[in-house]
Amino acid sequence: MIAASDHHQHDVLVIGAGGAGLRAAIEAASMGASVGLVCKSLLGKAHTVMAEGGVAAALGHVDDRDSWQTHFRDTMVGGKMLNNVRMAQLHALEAPDRVRELEEWGAVFDRTRDGRILQRPFGGHSYPRLAHVGDRTGLEMIRTLQDRAVTTGMAVYMEHTITHLTTAADGSVTGAFGYRRVDGRPVLFPAKAILLATGGIGKAYEITSNSWEYSGDGQALAIRAGADLIDMEFVQFHPTGMVWPPGVRGLLVTEAVRGEGGILRNSEGDRFMWKYLPEDRRHEYAATDEEARTWVEALSASRQTDARRPPELSTRDNVARAIYTEVREGRGTPHGGVFLDISYLPAEHVRRKLPSMYEQFKELADVDITAGPMEVGPTTHYAMGGIRVDADTGATTVPGLYAAGEVSGGMHGANRLGGNSLSDLLVFGQRAGAGAAARAAAIPGDPHVNPVQVRAAEQELEAPLTRSEGTDPYRLREELQATMQTLVGIFRTEADLREAIRQITDIRERAAQLRATGGRPFNPGWNLVFELRNLIDISEAIARSALEREESRGAHSRLDFPSTDPAWASRNVVARRTGNTLSVATSAIPAMPDDLRMLAEAGGGA
Amino acid sequence: MPNILMRVFRGSPKETGTFAEFDVPVEEGMVVLDALHWIQAHAAPDLAVRWNCKAAKCGSCSAEVNGRPSLTCKTRLSDFDPDEPITVEPMRAFPLIRDLVTDVSWNYEINKSIPPFTPPAGVPQSEWRWQQEDIERVQEFRKCIECFLCQDVCHVLRNHEIERPFIGPRFLVRSAGLEMHPIDQADRTSYLKDEGGIGFCNITKCCTEVCPEHIKITDNAIIPLKERVADRHYDPIQMVWRKLRGDRSGGGSDTASGTDTAGPAGPPGFGDPG
Repeated sequence: MIAASDHHQHDVLVIGAGGAGLRAAIEAASMGASVGLVCKSLLGKAHTVMAEGGVAAALGHVDDRDSWQTHFRDTMVGGKMLNNVRMAQLHALEAPDRVRELEEWGAVFDRTRDGRILQRPFGGHSYPRLAHVGDRTGLEMIRTLQDRAVTTGMAVYMEHTITHLTTAADGSVTGAFGYRRVDGRPVLFPAKAILLATGGIGKAYEITSNSWEYSGDGQALAIRAGADLIDMEFVQFHPTGMVWPPGVRGLLVTEAVRGEGGILRNSEGDRFMWKYLPEDRRHEYAATDEEARTWVEALSASRQTDARRPPELSTRDNVARAIYTEVREGRGTPHGGVFLDISYLPAEHVRRKLPSMYEQFKELADVDITAGPMEVGPTTHYAMGGIRVDADTGATTVPGLYAAGEVSGGMHGANRLGGNSLSDLLVFGQRAGAGAAARAAAIPGDPHVNPVQVRAAEQELEAPLTRSEGTDPYRLREELQATMQTLVGIFRTEADLREAIRQITDIRERAAQLRATGGRPFNPGWNLVFELRNLIDISEAIARSALEREESRGAHSRLDFPSTDPAWASRNVVARRTGNTLSVATSAIPAMPDDLRMLAEAGGGA
Repeated sequence: MPNILMRVFRGSPKETGTFAEFDVPVEEGMVVLDALHWIQAHAAPDLAVRWNCKAAKCGSCSAEVNGRPSLTCKTRLSDFDPDEPITVEPMRAFPLIRDLVTDVSWNYEINKSIPPFTPPAGVPQSEWRWQQEDIERVQEFRKCIECFLCQDVCHVLRNHEIERPFIGPRFLVRSAGLEMHPIDQADRTSYLKDEGGIGFCNITKCCTEVCPEHIKITDNAIIPLKERVADRHYDPIQMVWRKLRGDRSGGGSDTASGTDTAGPAGPPGFGDPG
């Protein structure tokens, strides 16, 4: 017998309580909306907590030559000009205010000598730009937002999984359906506006820095409700994840290690990044070990310098390909990575700047990073692609549905710069929260949820528990992850991608009969059924988008199309569902306004 | 490598709990949470375990391993005798939901009761200035990942020794982080004394011992807060002095910031020193 659902109605329902969801919920509540905030985990545990290095904003506290224009240009160059230009502009313009606002809400950033918010360098940023707290910036941010959010009186629904969005005949969203993990009871949230802030897709891969929560829930809910996904082929493989021991393979090693001067070497002792700098950007990097060392010393002493940054601070796509290539060509470490060394700096300095990395390696790998090198290799980290949104309001192509943060697409183009994610969460969380609240305020009366859709959702929720035999979700997820890891990884080919799509189709068929044993309260196998369904939808969108884009750009590297093709510079790949069929096509990117084009294409840099 | 025997608590409030035994193959570097995941994927797909980051940064996977409150993601199997079983139980200070998952929602309610960060009115953020050494203590407190192990081990909470409210070490740390913020203007001493129940802590330091972030909870947070409360509420000279002056700020504990005692109650400085 199917239990009747509990009902909780709100003006704005925010799904996901990481940085974007929290910032959005705070904004919507401040505009007077009744806000419900739903999260799969406990409040304050979302993946934002894992962000380490910092939040990028052109405050100009460490180098006063910085400006929003330079931040904009760096972001566009890092994204290989595929970024939604309006998003990149708003992001660069508004990030400083969003960071200052965090301080007003109680965040305690590290300080410059003159007592202001300190900023550190990161890959692809022309100047030290990342406001930070040691290497635990994400924790500081999520705690600040969490403590701010609970003072607004909003309703927080912890440990709830959303499985369906309900829609009206005109296609607009009317509510969200899911269940409460503690007792397994179905729950319906009728809402005038729904804001997705569910993060990324890392769990589609075997090796990832992402937690179990990153199962593409928001992307899958959105595409099933009729929204567009764009740029799904662009999956960021972070260059430095842990490679040993096996239990922590993929765990993030912050880019701040390189930001503070970490040097990458292969098993032969070569500082290989010199070889991999793209010719058109080589002038932005140090020419010699001495120049790189001068830059690091100036940084440690908080001095401005004319020395250029070390080659390790190239963009993430480039460093990840370099490491992958070194290992594949036989110059890897015993555990299949490369060496990352910061131990040439004073131990006390390393412990102060990178406290959680010091702990992480000491506790989990018996490695003292102040005494010797770490072993690192690429790990699936971030989805540049996601739900297509309006830059100013976070509106998706479905009326009433909004998105912000990693779940949305466009801001980062073909490759995201480190530090631009935390600022993205704040800037577009705030904007989408305002957009959703404005929509809710304009709608009279209560949302009407079609009871037929709710009954269907209740039956689908129940089905895995009632099957006496069926597919094991744990095994099937392993299969999907192996497919994505081997066939849709850093380097791709048409043959591999076609094979991946074939395997995903086969996995999808078997997923129709997933079975969960046990009862309703807090049953992880049952929960996995719904996440796996999302992962399958998203994996297909990634593989088919990757097949569509016949060029290499940013994080998308096709061995059969190794060059960047200018014709593709003005096209997004768009994935959309019609009925049960996924279609993938390209859509033209509108021409950049002249003033922004001049900014984006300006030469120079630090 | 040999297998290891895991004894894992299974049960819910409606049934009698049991310890289920699982023979788990061991890989190099494996932690207790890896073993629990192996059990979920191979033997007990419905085993309830709360976890997220698996990197000791989110504080979700707290449990009692061989009786000691621990983060299962950073408790290495190699730290135990391979010939003895490893016992994993839920945190005992909180109501059981199922298996290793407990109801920690009480903590979130407590958090809402703490007077929030209160910067001075009329001083814009652009003029806020403070030095790194002014905030090192506050940053220590803000390292807290809310694993609630300190709450779990605290005998006042664990054994329900009092009927009056006690917010526990986690929220004393959070209060200390606010009280010692260089420019916070709120006075939380009445809150800490009454709703907070700070007097019930008898500084046995069990919380400090289990903190995975190595926050010196007792020495750096609780004792200075107790001093503040005592100065404000029990020091007769201070009380008379305040009455005479009509002053609302606490006295006594104000020393230079960044030392082992409480930070300044007033702003250390605004405006640009450079």
